[in-house]
Amino acid sequence: MIDPQSIPIDKIDVSALELWRENRHLPLFERLRREDPVHWCAESMFGPYWSITRFDDILAVDTNHQAFSSEAELGGIAILDARQDLRLPMFIAMDPPKHDAQRKVVSPIVAPASLADFEPIIRERAGRILDALPRGETFDWVDRVSIELTTQMLATLFDFPFEDRRKLTYWSDVATVIPQPGAIVETDDEKVAVLMECLREFTTLLLDRAAAPPKNDLISMLAHGQATQNMPPEEFLGNIVLLIVGGNDTTRNSITGSLLALSENPEQFAKLRADPSLIPSMVSETIRWQTPLAHMRRTATQDVELGGKTIRKGDKVVMWYISGNRDETAIDQPDRYIIDRERPRHHLSFGFGVHRCVGNRLAEMQLRIVWEEILGRFPRIEIMGDPLRVNSCFVRGYESLPVRIPA
Amino acid sequence: MSRVTFISPNGAMTIIEVPAGQSLMQAAVARGLPGIDADCGGACACATCHVFVDPAWMGRIGLAGGMEQSMLGFAEGAAPNSRLACQIKMSDGLDGLVVRLPEAQH
Repeated sequence: MIDPQSIPIDKIDVSALELWRENRHLPLFERLRREDPVHWCAESMFGPYWSITRFDDILAVDTNHQAFSSEAELGGIAILDARQDLRLPMFIAMDPPKHDAQRKVVSPIVAPASLADFEPIIRERAGRILDALPRGETFDWVDRVSIELTTQMLATLFDFPFEDRRKLTYWSDVATVIPQPGAIVETDDEKVAVLMECLREFTTLLLDRAAAPPKNDLISMLAHGQATQNMPPEEFLGNIVLLIVGGNDTTRNSITGSLLALSENPEQFAKLRADPSLIPSMVSETIRWQTPLAHMRRTATQDVELGGKTIRKGDKVVMWYISGNRDETAIDQPDRYIIDRERPRHHLSFGFGVHRCVGNRLAEMQLRIVWEEILGRFPRIEIMGDPLRVNSCFVRGYESLPVRIPA
Repeated sequence: MSRVTFISPNGAMTIIEVPAGQSLMQAAVARGLPGIDADCGGACACATCHVFVDPAWMGRIGLAGGMEQSMLGFAEGAAPNSRLACQIKMSDGLDGLVVRLPEAQH
């Protein structure tokens, strides 16, 4: 096992998957922030790449879309360079102006006015999910609560057949996985096959919605939106995948992460129970703490100076949100989980600039509601074992977490 | 010091004294004014300090710049008099400025 303090700095590769599976990445980022905040890694399973590790540098890259492109053709928004046929065009992996036009089609559904309509539905469903949990026996919080809640929400946003909703979970997991033996799909070919099945099902829904009057669901919006109604199939698939992944992994892992963080910090949990008005700020603190998407990637379109280094045109640039969120120059006592911090929304987990998470307020609302419903029901939730972590340096999350609610 | 009036969606008025050189956003956050979220901290990198400038003041305040316009493009209900409060720096000529807050920051 590598020692984060003695390994030569140029040998550090923060993308190595075992660091994430075993939750050992944070000390390495701490060292990079201190000694080499804009860091070149010459060799990794993803090829050479720059790591941007400090809060302010990440903000500078994230807001400079002219020099740091998100284009799928250049490699897109994650560290993995997808195979050519898996480089799906989607608005998160486009630069302005096309990005702006497509994003504006879907953003009204997650704007505050629309969210108010969804709140009672989410609350009722969250209550039903929590009421159905077993008492006095160990169960998997990820599957029974985090996945179920986010998947129901997604099915609602798409108006997707409710009984088939776990397909959305499956497609989301397939879309983000790095194919390898033992993974949910083992090869790129398998991945393509699953995504084609996703495309077929959504195309059927798209045609139905296009033939019907516009209504307030994401597929109907894509079908009737001027910037999205004539997308080629791979671009339709790309945007569907974006919306599924964006609304799925992220909130799922923040729901699990909130239970873990509160359980590891019992004094914070007690504070929350004593004053539930802290739920919104606890939610933001959890989103910082968890950083459910550990990074976003860009590709340099020109030579750029940053932190005394020269990033060359064509270089892969990885903004490690997980590291910026632990940067003490931007966040006070960043390694502590403090649910009533002064400015809890000052974190990088949603990104900044034109690609800032479109669903941020929806995510916060889902987390707020589930915690309002949890606190009213369960005086105790016991963690029965270690979580199993996702084998990824992109999705920072959990496969499972065994818990028990006393009878 | 110049005085700026912030009007909430429900009509409530808050008058804040803003020192020259400070941004409207900084002054509002320092005062703890609800409705100015300022997630990014003043980098023109989100759109959560969105305000509507009173039309009478638009001539002196001016339109949003390039990056600011991109960010405002994603704000709910943005209008030609929309600005990000972090990009409005206080000067003596702005004493008496009036801005309105949107229903929510997104």
